Amino acid sequence: MKPLGWVMMIGSIGFVLALLSYCFYRVLSTPKTTEHMHAPLEIDTRDKDT
Amino acid sequence: MNHVIEPALNQARNRENWGSKLGVILAVAGSAVGLGNFLRFPGLAAINGGGVFMIPYFVSLFILGIPICWVEWTMGRYGGSKGYNSAPGIFGVLWGRSCGKYFGALALLVPVVIYMYYVYIEAWCLTYALAYATGEMSNIAAQAEPGAEVAAYGEYFGGFVGTAQNGFPQSKGLIILLTVFGINFFLIFRGLTRGIETFCKFAMPLLIACALVVLVRVLTLGTPDPPQPGGSINNALGFMWNPKPIDKEGHIWSALLNPELWLSASGQIFFSLSVGFGIVLNYASYLRKDDDVVLSGLTASSTNEFCEVCLGGLITVPVAFLFLGSTGLTKEVLGSSMALGFHALPAVFMNMPGGRFFGTVWFFMLFTAAITSSLSMLQPAIAFLEEGFGMGRRLSVTCLGFIVATGSLIVVYFSKDLLALDTMDFWVGTVCIYILATVQVITVGWIFGVDRAKKEVGRGAEMRIPGVYWFIIKYISPLYLLTIFGLWCYYNLPGYIKQVQAKTPDDQGTVWFVLAFIVAVLLFFNMLVYLAGRRWHFDPDRPVEEGPP
Repeated sequence: MKPLGWVMMIGSIGFVLALLSYCFYRVLSTPKTTEHMHAPLEIDTRDKDT
Repeated sequence: MNHVIEPALNQARNRENWGSKLGVILAVAGSAVGLGNFLRFPGLAAINGGGVFMIPYFVSLFILGIPICWVEWTMGRYGGSKGYNSAPGIFGVLWGRSCGKYFGALALLVPVVIYMYYVYIEAWCLTYALAYATGEMSNIAAQAEPGAEVAAYGEYFGGFVGTAQNGFPQSKGLIILLTVFGINFFLIFRGLTRGIETFCKFAMPLLIACALVVLVRVLTLGTPDPPQPGGSINNALGFMWNPKPIDKEGHIWSALLNPELWLSASGQIFFSLSVGFGIVLNYASYLRKDDDVVLSGLTASSTNEFCEVCLGGLITVPVAFLFLGSTGLTKEVLGSSMALGFHALPAVFMNMPGGRFFGTVWFFMLFTAAITSSLSMLQPAIAFLEEGFGMGRRLSVTCLGFIVATGSLIVVYFSKDLLALDTMDFWVGTVCIYILATVQVITVGWIFGVDRAKKEVGRGAEMRIPGVYWFIIKYISPLYLLTIFGLWCYYNLPGYIKQVQAKTPDDQGTVWFVLAFIVAVLLFFNMLVYLAGRRWHFDPDRPVEEGPP
C-alpha cells in the first residue's frame, strides 16, 4: 500500500464515518416533537356533522 | 359519492404512517443497500483507478446523489400530504394537471420489473448461504483441481441457474425461489409499519453486524500464504485503494480527464442510492406533513455510503486479492458482479481459515441486503392499487403477486446466458432509471418550482439545505444527468446492439420477447393509471384530510 493509497482510503472512510456519525448524532439527539400527539378531544373521529 | 370511490377515501383517511424516524431511515437505507454495495462498487473502483475513482465518486455523491435524494423525499412527502402515496398520484399533484400522472407509470414499472429478477438473485444468495452451512460448497472445493476452484464454482453456478440452455432450474432452486417470494409477500402483506419497518429495524443492524464479522476476519488474515509474501493484507488493500492509471500509458491523475471514469462513478452513485427507482418517493409519502426530510434523507444516504465504502470497499476486493492474486482478478471478474460474487468469492472463502462459517455469514448478509431492497420494490405498486382502485391489502398483494410471478417465471425460464435477466436490467434497471430520475429532477426544479420546493423542504427540517443546492437541483443535476445518460448511450448502446445482433436467432427472439413483455407491462400500468386517474382531481391546494377524491 502506497502513502497515497493510505490517504485515499483513510480520507474516504474517515469522511463517510464522520458524515454517518454526524447524521445519527443529530437524528438520535433531536427530541421527539410533540407534533403528532393529540389530546383525545382533538382527535377527529369523523363521525360528527359539524 | 359513488360506492367505488368510498374504499379509496376511507383508506386515505386511515393512511399508513411510519412508526418512527429511525424506522423510515432504516427502511430507506435498507432499500438502497443491496448487492451493488458489496459486489459492484469494489470491482468498479478497482478497475477504474482505485483511489482515483473516489474523487468523481464523491463529487457525484454531492451534485447528483444527495440532491436527487432530497428531491425524492420532498416530492414524496408533498404527495403524501395531499393524500397520495403512489407515484402517479404524486406526479399528478406535483404537476397540478392530469397528464403528470402518466410519468408515475414509469415509477411503477421500474421497481416492479427490477423485482422480477432481483428476487431470483436474492434466492441465489440464500442458496449459497445454505450450501456453505450444509458443507456443499466444501465438497465442490474438494473435488476441484488445485487452482481451478473459481472455474469449479463458475460451473456450479451455471448448473444451478441453467446458463447453458433455457428451462427451469433444479427443484431445489425453485423451492428456494418460492420461499424467498413467500417471505417477501408475507412481510409486504403485514403492511408498512408491522412488515417493512419492523423487518428493516432488525435486518439492517444484522446485515451490518454480519459484514463487520467478515471485515474483522479479512483484516486479520495477515499473509495467509507465507511462501507468497506479496499476498499480504497490506498489498490487498493497496490493490483496491492505491491510485493507478486506468490505461497502461496514462498518468494517475490524467485518469480524471477520462469521461468513462466519471460515467462509472456517477452511475455507481446513482444506482447505489436507489435514486430514480420511485421507491423513496413512495416511502416518503408515508411521512407526516411536518416530518423532517433533509436530515433523514442525508442519514439514509450516509448509511448506504457506510455499507458501500467502509464495508464493501474493505472486504470484497482485498479478500479476493489475498487468495486469487492480481492475475486472478481480471477485468472480466472485477467488472461483473455475478463473476465476482458467485464464482470468485466462493473460491476465496473456501481457501480461508474458517471459510465455511465466514462464507455462510457473507452470503446470509448479501441475502439480508437483497431482501430489504426487494421488499421496497413491491410497496409502490401496492400503494397504487390500493389508492387507485380502493383495493384492500390482501387483494392488492395478490394482484401484484400475480404480475411479478409472471415476470419472474420469464427470468427463470429464459436462463441461457441469463439473457432475460440482462435484458430487463439493461432496459429497465438502467435506461428507465436514468429517464425517471431526470423527470423527477425536472419536475421539482422546473414544474413544481424551486421556490415552492424550498418552502416545502423547510417544513419540519432539522437541518438547512445549503443555498447552492437549489442552483444544483435546478441546473446542474438535470444537466449532469442528461450528460451522463447521453455518454452512457454513446459508450454502451452500440456495443449492446452489436452484442444482440451477434446472438443466435433463438437468443435474439428471447431478447425481443422480454422487451415486448416490458412494453406490455408499461402499457398495462398506463392503462391502470388512466382508469385510476378518472377518479382523481389534482388540485395542489386541496387540504390534506380529503385524500384522493
